[in-house]
Amino acid sequence: MSESFEPKLTAFVCNWCTYAGADLTGTSRIKYQSNVRVLRVPCTGRIDFMLLLKAFQRGSDGIIVSGCHPNDCHYTSGNYHARRRWMVFQDLMSFMGIDTRRVTFSWVSAAEGAKWAALVNEVTDRVRELGPYGEYHDMTRKGVA
Amino acid sequence: MNPIQQKARELMEAGTARVVIGHAAGTFGRRRPLVARSVRDLDAMVWDAACVTNLAGLLTKQEVRAAGPVAIVGGTAMLRSLLQLVAERQIRDGDVVALVSADGTPKVLDSVAAVEEHLALEPHGMPQADRDGIARLQAMSLQERWAWWQAELGRCMKCYACRQTCPMCYCPTCTMDVNRPQWVPVASHDLGNLEYHVVRAMHLAGRCVQCGECGTACPVGIPVHLLTMFAEESAARQFGQRAGHSAKLDYALSTFRPDDKETFIR
Repeated sequence: MSESFEPKLTAFVCNWCTYAGADLTGTSRIKYQSNVRVLRVPCTGRIDFMLLLKAFQRGSDGIIVSGCHPNDCHYTSGNYHARRRWMVFQDLMSFMGIDTRRVTFSWVSAAEGAKWAALVNEVTDRVRELGPYGEYHDMTRKGVA
Repeated sequence: MNPIQQKARELMEAGTARVVIGHAAGTFGRRRPLVARSVRDLDAMVWDAACVTNLAGLLTKQEVRAAGPVAIVGGTAMLRSLLQLVAERQIRDGDVVALVSADGTPKVLDSVAAVEEHLALEPHGMPQADRDGIARLQAMSLQERWAWWQAELGRCMKCYACRQTCPMCYCPTCTMDVNRPQWVPVASHDLGNLEYHVVRAMHLAGRCVQCGECGTACPVGIPVHLLTMFAEESAARQFGQRAGHSAKLDYALSTFRPDDKETFIR
């Protein structure tokens, strides 16, 4: 059973750094595991914590959130604001028992195509090891329209 | 007539306050909120050890604001809420007069400076019982915590009493009531409940004055206040500022420092 399990990952990436970085991974012909669905948003500042919960609700087993390195934000400070939000959200997820091993935050710049490939591979392997996020998915199946 | 009542009457007669918010006798020996609009209304006002409810949530209500200058009776939690509401520009400095009991004698605090001075003597932070509650949860494993919260939140019926009583929940339209898009399911099933409480805690992180009113208001006894208190603790620990500490604080999550330290972003 666990051998046939392939995790479904959702990646929220910012338009200016990580999306371009993932693009570079492709143009550099670097291969990485295909479990990830990339969602492009304007800036990490746009990534509301509810987006992450919605990803879990819709069947993700793991989530990657990535954007510009500090000091590199296209909008000057979006990633700084996002970082504060994640610092609290990371704590809160853990406090409520949401599996924080399934949510990976990262900075990947437009020049770090190799880092993106390594990140996706690493997260995919980890989540494959953890198995499907049954606890959360079971909950969403109970009486949800 | 008790001393607080007497003081409230003086404030009203002097025109300093048109409305006085305080406590009146409720059912089962509890107290209910009293919004006195005249000196005669003040007859019902009670001031004793049972008056523990933080009434600051009423300060942002439209009907109260429209009535004119307000005086409000309360304790430390009310004062902290007052400071936070001024910091969030929901009330102006001097618009609200606080009436507190200092060792049994009524004391009038008519400005933010007076409130801050009064609070300087008070310890800040959660009651020990809540500190212990959070510590007990933190000592559990992730799976245990998940199961614990699932069981607790399973009793939630989304009555929103925690939101309604919260002095910091004053948005005219709450995210929970928005249905285009419907971010959080309205039904009180496990998913809807979990998401609601995550949203509430996140929206109060860096803003919660840790009065614990939400937990007291819960009709089924879920310790929902632990969530907001924890979120506030997290923000306070990481960003070095506490809601309700000063009327000049920026909201912790809409500001930043380039050297904010975290350990989990790669």
